[in-house]
Amino acid sequence: MANYKFDAKAKYLDTHEWVRIEDGVAVMGVSDVAQDQLSDVVYVDLPAEGDSFKQKDTIAVVESVKSAEDVFAPISGKVIAANEALEGSPELVNQDPYGAGWFLKMEPADLSELDNLMDAEAYEKFVAEEV
Amino acid sequence: MELKRTKLYDTHVALSGRMVEFAGWELPVQYPTGPTVEHEAVRTAAGLFDIDHMGQFMVIGEEATPFLNHMVTWDVSNMKDGEAHYSLLCYEDGGIVDDIFIYRRGDGYMVVVNASNRDKDFKWFSLHTGGYNVTVTDVSDETYMLALQGPKAETVLNKLLPNHDAATMAFHTSRSTSLNGIPTLIGRTGYTGEDGFELFFSADEAVRMWNMLLEAGKEDGLIPCGLAARDSLRFEPCLPLYGDEIFSEIDPISARLGFFVSFEKDFIAKNALLKIKLEGPTQKLIGFEMVERGVPRHGYAILSPAGEKIGFVTTGMKAPTAGKFVGLGYVQSSYTKYGTEIAIEIRGKAKKAVVRKRPFYIPAYRRAKK
Repeated sequence: MANYKFDAKAKYLDTHEWVRIEDGVAVMGVSDVAQDQLSDVVYVDLPAEGDSFKQKDTIAVVESVKSAEDVFAPISGKVIAANEALEGSPELVNQDPYGAGWFLKMEPADLSELDNLMDAEAYEKFVAEEV
Repeated sequence: MELKRTKLYDTHVALSGRMVEFAGWELPVQYPTGPTVEHEAVRTAAGLFDIDHMGQFMVIGEEATPFLNHMVTWDVSNMKDGEAHYSLLCYEDGGIVDDIFIYRRGDGYMVVVNASNRDKDFKWFSLHTGGYNVTVTDVSDETYMLALQGPKAETVLNKLLPNHDAATMAFHTSRSTSLNGIPTLIGRTGYTGEDGFELFFSADEAVRMWNMLLEAGKEDGLIPCGLAARDSLRFEPCLPLYGDEIFSEIDPISARLGFFVSFEKDFIAKNALLKIKLEGPTQKLIGFEMVERGVPRHGYAILSPAGEKIGFVTTGMKAPTAGKFVGLGYVQSSYTKYGTEIAIEIRGKAKKAVVRKRPFYIPAYRRAKK
C-alpha cells in the first residue's frame, strides 16, 4: 500500500530499527516503515549518554499520538550522543527517519553483530512480505 | 466476535483509512493526512467523521417525558421541541451507565448512546418501562450518523440546506430538513470543542451523503477525520469518554459532571448522588500538566510527591492545539487543588506533574458567549 523509503547504507532489525556506521560510530533510528506505522510521533524517550546496551535490548521508547512503542538496539554498544533536536521537534522522526530523525550515536561493542541484521534489500523484501 | 462495518467501510479503505477495532466496529483511526493534521483541520476549518457506530433510541409515547425523566440526570421536562441536551444515565448507586445526548422531537425523544454501551443501555431502559405508557425502540441500524465539525461546518452545511439558513440554528437545537433531497435530522452539537453538526439520516444514503459533504466542503478545507483526531479533539476541551473518564464505578459528581444532574426532580440514583454531593466524593477528576517530559497514558498511576499511589490517569497525550503534555485522571480529593504537585508513573519512573485548571482548550461555543 504505502511507498516506503529504504536507506541502502543502513542495516535493519526485523523490529524496524536501522543502524549505519559512519566513521566508526553507529548511528541508529527507526525506519520509514516504523514511523508510518507509529503515526505522528510526539515524544522520544532516549537514554542518557554513557548508558550501555546489548543488541536487541530496549534502548528507547517512541510515543506517537496513540501509543508508546519500545525501540530496540540494533547492535551492542555505549551511547555517545542522543539527538537533542527530537525534544523540540519529534516530528523529524516522521519527516526524515534516516536523516534528521536519527535517535542515537553509539560506540559499537562488536561490529560483527551487523552480520545478524538485514541489509536494505533483505529488509525491503521482509517488509513486502510481513507488513 | 466478528467486527461490525459501517456502510462507509469501503469508502474509508478507498481513502486509505487505517482501519482499527473500536467498540466492536472496524473504523478508520486516521487517513494518510495523519491525526495531527486532521485535528488541526477541525480547529481551523472542518472535518467529517463517520460515527455510525453510535446508537440511537426513540423514546415515544404519552409518558415519554416522565419515563425519561426517571431514567436520566438532566430534567427533560424543561426541554422544548427541537432542543437537545447532554445527560447521564446512572445506576441506583450513582455509577454511570452511559453518557447520552437527548433530542426532544415533538412529544418524543431521540437518545444518542455510545456504541460500546448500546445493548447495555437498551436493556437498562427496557427494564424500567413497566408502568409507563412508553415505547423504547433501537433504531441504530437504519439510522446513519455523521459529524461535521469545525468553524467552517456552518458554511459547508449551508450549501446543502434548501434555504441556506444554517446560521439560524442555535447551539444545541435540532432541525428536520433535507440535504440535496436526503431527509436529515440535524443537531447543532458535537464532540470536538468546535461549532458543528451531527447528521442523522437513512443508512442507505451513507455513501451519497459522505461524498456530497466532502465535495461541498472541498474549498473550505473539509477533510475526513479518524478516531485518533476525534479523541484528541474531545480531550482538549475535556469532554469525557465512556471507558476513560466515566464508567460504572464512577458517579457524575466525582467526574465533575454535577452540572448535568438536576436534584429538582426524582430519578434513579438521585438519593445516591445527593449523598455523594453532600458528603463530598472520595476521589475527583483533575486535569494535570507534565512538569518533567513524558506522555501520560490511560491507566498510568498518579503518585503523591512521596511516591504513594493516589490515583490513575484516564486520558493523556500531547494536546495538539494546546501544545502541552497534559492529562485527566482521578485522585484522592485532598490532591485536587490547582498547583498541587503530583507525579505520573511512566514506565516505572515517577515524572513530576502539576494539577491544573481544565479544560486545556476552551470550546468555541463557550468563547462565543463572552
